[in-house]
Amino acid sequence: MLNVGKIEEGFVLDHIAAGKSLSIYEHLQLDKLDCTVAIIKNARSNKKGKKDILKVECDINTLDLDVLAFIDHNITVNVIKNGEIVEKKDLVLPRQIKNVIRCHNPRCITSIEQELPHIFYLADAEKEVYRCKYCEEKYTEMAK
Amino acid sequence: MRHLMSPLDFSTEELDKLFDLANDIEQNPQKYAHACDGRILATCFYEPSTRTRLSFESAMTRLGGRVIGFSDAASSSAAKGESVSDTIRIISCYSDICAMRHPKEGAPMVAAERAGIPVINAGDGGHQHPTQTLTDLLTIRSMKGKLDNFTIGLCGDLKFGRTVHSLINALVRYKNIRFIFISPEELKVPDYITDMLKERNIPYEEVIRLEDVMPHLDILYMTRVQKERFFNEEDYVRLKDFYILDTIKMTLAKKDMLVLHPLPRVNEISVEVDDDPRAAYFRQAQYGVYVRMALILTLLELA
Repeated sequence: MLNVGKIEEGFVLDHIAAGKSLSIYEHLQLDKLDCTVAIIKNARSNKKGKKDILKVECDINTLDLDVLAFIDHNITVNVIKNGEIVEKKDLVLPRQIKNVIRCHNPRCITSIEQELPHIFYLADAEKEVYRCKYCEEKYTEMAK
Repeated sequence: MRHLMSPLDFSTEELDKLFDLANDIEQNPQKYAHACDGRILATCFYEPSTRTRLSFESAMTRLGGRVIGFSDAASSSAAKGESVSDTIRIISCYSDICAMRHPKEGAPMVAAERAGIPVINAGDGGHQHPTQTLTDLLTIRSMKGKLDNFTIGLCGDLKFGRTVHSLINALVRYKNIRFIFISPEELKVPDYITDMLKERNIPYEEVIRLEDVMPHLDILYMTRVQKERFFNEEDYVRLKDFYILDTIKMTLAKKDMLVLHPLPRVNEISVEVDDDPRAAYFRQAQYGVYVRMALILTLLELA
């Protein structure tokens, strides 16, 4: 199996559903950060058979991880400092998501006014339902 | 500063105050004839509407205020590509309150976020039409004397009708309301509404024939069944008469049942029903003016 070395400070995002790591890379806008990122795809997992892992070496205050819960709340977030895990973060669904996903309702005002932010609010935490702030259209998995 | 985007923006207590004011306006119109002297309402209608726009204009005029505005997007700066955000900033300089109708859902909310004046959603696509719901509630409260303990039948296009969805959402906040949905299979009320009713343990039933339930209704809310909503001509021909209210069906109804309709009607209520004292749809249009007067006064903090 492929080995990727330890990181000194940053995050290890574990138990990502296999094949989803690149989408998380994009959502966290890691391409904009000047840091070391390891994307491990299809790693062996006792629980799931296969999983993805992301290792990000960065200042732990630079990343907004709220959006991770929206993408997949099964992800484990390990916070690393001085090469050791100092915290395992629980993911909580964010109350609001801004400019992460887009409203696909062709009748929504955001479809014609390009400068408007795409804001979704958590309408039902139990069912993990997000709705567009403007048209209240439900965001569906299909459009994700 | 407050706006009105959805009928649920006001609590039931706030609605009671609003309706009390509307009833006082109805009883004492002279008392309010100069309440908005020197104030300007802007009616920004990005799509044509006769009744809603004129109802707002009538409301402001009856309060002594003045009205400016446009009645379709082609005659506004939107035709030149101006955004709603920019338009409302300009309108805020010209007026004290704005009623906005827009074909795109959420446009009045964008306006409210940028406006320096109260904004009233006068209809945004298939999303919300809160002043219609306030009109419906005021009509029921004024004519029945209450907004609880009754059975309401909603008939016609229950799938696409935004007035129906808004009214259901507003009525579930009151006690002991029972819903009967009368529609063809193709136009049944959406699942998210019936799911919400189940969750709240609010009784409802779904039926196809209006005659079957007429005797049980305290209120009948009619809507239009449009031919283009049906999958085929055969079904339309077979079902359309079920949803036409005539004097024969009215004989099955209670003596004090109310017939409401958001208007315009086409043929779903026979004109012969208009003379029945239970036909309340034209009075409903009158209540639409009173409730908009009360709303303008409330949002301008003149009440």
